[in-house]
Amino acid sequence: MTEREKILGRVREALTLSAPMPGAHHGEHQPSTFTFNGRPVQVAQQWLPDGGATVAEQLERFNIASIELKTDFHVVPSLAVANVVLATLRDGCGWKKIAAHHGPLTDAAVTALGLPTLFTDAGYSPVEMETCDAGISGCDALVAQTGSVIVTNQSAGGRALSVLPPHHVVLARQDQLVRDLTEGYALIQRLYAPKYPSMISVITGPSRTGDIERILVLGAHGPKKLTVICIANP
Amino acid sequence: MTITLFIPCFVDSLFPNVGISMVRILERLGHRVVCPEDVACCGQPAFNSGYWPEARLVAEPVLNRLKDSEAVVIASGSCGAMLKVFYPQLFAGLPQEAAAKHLSDQVWEFSDFLVNKLGITDLGARFPAKVTFHDGCHGLRELGIKTGPRRLLEKVQGLEFVEMADCETCCGFGGTFAAKFPMISTAMGEVKCTNATATGADYIVSNDSSCLMHLQGLLSRQTSAVKTIHLAEVLVQQ
Amino acid sequence: MTSAYSEFVSQARRITKDLRHRGLIQTALRKYETARDRKKSAYQDWQAARQAAAETKWDAINHLDTYLAEFADKLESRGTKVHWASTAEQARNIILGIIQGKKARSIIKSKAMTAEEIHLNDAMEKAGFEVVESDLGEYIVQLRHEPPYHIVFPAMHLTRGDISELFQRELGSEPTNEPEELTMIARRALRQKYLQADIGITGANFAVAETGMVSITENEGNARLTAALPKTMISLLGIEKILPKMEDLALFLPMLATAGAGQTITCYNTMYGGPRQAGECDGPEEWHVVLLDNRRSELLADPEQRDALHCIRCGACLNVCPIFRNVGGHTYGTTYSGPIGSVITPHLRGLQDWKHLSGSSSLCGACTEACPVKIDLHHHLLHNRRNASVQQPSAIERLAYRGFAFLINRPGLYLFAKEMGRLLDPLRRMVQGTVLDPIKPWTATRDLPPVANESFKEWWRNRK
Repeated sequence: MTEREKILGRVREALTLSAPMPGAHHGEHQPSTFTFNGRPVQVAQQWLPDGGATVAEQLERFNIASIELKTDFHVVPSLAVANVVLATLRDGCGWKKIAAHHGPLTDAAVTALGLPTLFTDAGYSPVEMETCDAGISGCDALVAQTGSVIVTNQSAGGRALSVLPPHHVVLARQDQLVRDLTEGYALIQRLYAPKYPSMISVITGPSRTGDIERILVLGAHGPKKLTVICIANP
Repeated sequence: MTITLFIPCFVDSLFPNVGISMVRILERLGHRVVCPEDVACCGQPAFNSGYWPEARLVAEPVLNRLKDSEAVVIASGSCGAMLKVFYPQLFAGLPQEAAAKHLSDQVWEFSDFLVNKLGITDLGARFPAKVTFHDGCHGLRELGIKTGPRRLLEKVQGLEFVEMADCETCCGFGGTFAAKFPMISTAMGEVKCTNATATGADYIVSNDSSCLMHLQGLLSRQTSAVKTIHLAEVLVQQ
Repeated sequence: MTSAYSEFVSQARRITKDLRHRGLIQTALRKYETARDRKKSAYQDWQAARQAAAETKWDAINHLDTYLAEFADKLESRGTKVHWASTAEQARNIILGIIQGKKARSIIKSKAMTAEEIHLNDAMEKAGFEVVESDLGEYIVQLRHEPPYHIVFPAMHLTRGDISELFQRELGSEPTNEPEELTMIARRALRQKYLQADIGITGANFAVAETGMVSITENEGNARLTAALPKTMISLLGIEKILPKMEDLALFLPMLATAGAGQTITCYNTMYGGPRQAGECDGPEEWHVVLLDNRRSELLADPEQRDALHCIRCGACLNVCPIFRNVGGHTYGTTYSGPIGSVITPHLRGLQDWKHLSGSSSLCGACTEACPVKIDLHHHLLHNRRNASVQQPSAIERLAYRGFAFLINRPGLYLFAKEMGRLLDPLRRMVQGTVLDPIKPWTATRDLPPVANESFKEWWRNRK
């Protein structure tokens, strides 16, 4: 008998006795007034923090979340204006070299920036990426509810581009903005199921830690800066 | 209404005034109060220590004596929770289970009884002092008592109410825990006393004499000026 | 008294007297509470969300056999090697076997309580491998040769001064009082380790059955790097980590962050579905997922306490526990401390040896109230006490409770005892606090009110 069979056998044996439903314990004086019955999570959506009903509300939520998270968030009308924002970052932060991947938005940005660029698409050296000042990537979605960016290794140039360089710049189309995580995961399923990329990451703000006296420090391991440029008409 | 008072053993011997105050308040409201003398302990010490058969030795006579009462009112959220919440558990699967469930419906903690059974918050009491309220854990989390005591205190003339920080944090009494792990119990009590003292209140009020016994014990030892008093003892003052 | 019990008591004595230590913990957790309350207020209905999370986990745990098989099959279909370990020893041997097979030299690890549970670092170091913790808090406690203080905040018992001294000693860095500077010292030291590491080891927060994915939650990006750079990746997770569907994460990720750390959502929440796939530009060539039972199936067999397996290790119950706040995390002497640790450790490591953890609680219920998946924590402490006394009662305690019952059920005798108590009370007061005082555990720090001259029942009788 394999270890798998042994463990699953013990689990099956254990489950022959049934357990009370949550909230049905003795002493629970406030029985739940709602029935969830497990599925679907769209039902739970109404109880979580709201992401806003309209695009304007959602942009506002994303913006408020970004301020708190210290995400550098820009909404721009066009690629041309996005390139202006990028040029300002390049000059302001003194970028000498960047890492990026090929894609409609990133290609335009890389051309406009005119810096030496490490492309990740066909494989790359992590030691070389370590010398890049910024990583420029696309994404799959922006989540209004939480101020998050959803990336996969397909949409964002692999696993490391969005986390190894000290500054991560995300280029997004405004139509990628979704209300909340529930819609974000639904979108991921529509885009990829059943052949999902091997990494799907929900990024919320720049890397952070509170491990020293619960004091917030940015850039613990991942990027110290996260810039999100949301382009209305790319 | 005929109200059966349950006076726990330590209230009987150490805090008789709590019981006396309850009798006076309930009689003033025009109810008949009875107090079975042979009911002295709910069995919680043995129950909480895990000795359930021994707890049943104490609880079964209580159950038999009280099960036909119209309403049972208890001076302590903790003993109240024992009868109301834990008796059905203690007797689960035994012949007394039905009686325990029936009794559960008749049992009230004192402030809960006044506010939610009788619908009274103004007892015409007068108590000119600054007070803060400690939520006993069993009353708060097993019985869901939170606003009742505050609504009662709000109506007391001359009384100034002030919330302390972390009023819902355990004082550290915990029954036999207080004797088995005195250092932890004491540390928790110190935190509570510090929070209560910081309000500048003259009194810590609670609906549980056991918490107050613990806190008063610490305060007296620290020779603090802050005193403890049971909610019934405040509400009885005219 | 078992050794674990006496160690607990002596540590509890030490920490409860250490006002600086207690102050540090209380301050840190007060900050957490403020943040948590603010984040909770953004929920449209926190209580309903809790119930939904509890029911989802109930579904996962009560159909664990089906979901586990689905999870493993999906993972394997995309090239992941799935290993099953019934015991801690098996898990250690599986992982050591992989490392030895790769002739690896250095290992980078991101935070995993399951690895602490099986003492993985010890085993790897004994086998001659260098293993570096990459989570900042874990890195700090590793340099101190200490276990994590808290399952989410491993170094919460240390001040910046303590950490600066540690870094000066261990890394030769300059002294600094700035948390930012200290973080950057660690970042620089660890970057090099990442680029050199042959193996990356991670834990997991959730295992999504529907898609065969492991979800890892972190703030720093260290797990992201651990899963990106080394050629071989190993993930160790308990079998209870299952969630049925990917969309369930939309509920669980915010709740985990809010309940555990007072955040809307943690900075990185990443799902991994396999090693580097065809057409992908990076990621490990091999990924091994080790599923650990280690007596979880025994806990599963107890329907009364099965919900303890719903735990998502958020740490909320530790944060609100007044016992934890006053004795600290190391006092427990367990991998999982606080209320959840006191509930599950007796199951995982032996009831009689660890029942004192269930005893050292006032049963206040703050943990149960805080739990985002509604585990009936404080009642389970009561259940452990009951199970312990049924399995192996203390003769003295049982006799005491029987004697008490005998007394209290005989009104005449009880009255006599009360009278004796009143008469003897002044005598006891004369010896109060000495070894002769029968209630010294109480009176050592607390006064006891005098026995009233007229008890309530005497008053009642006299009045009639």
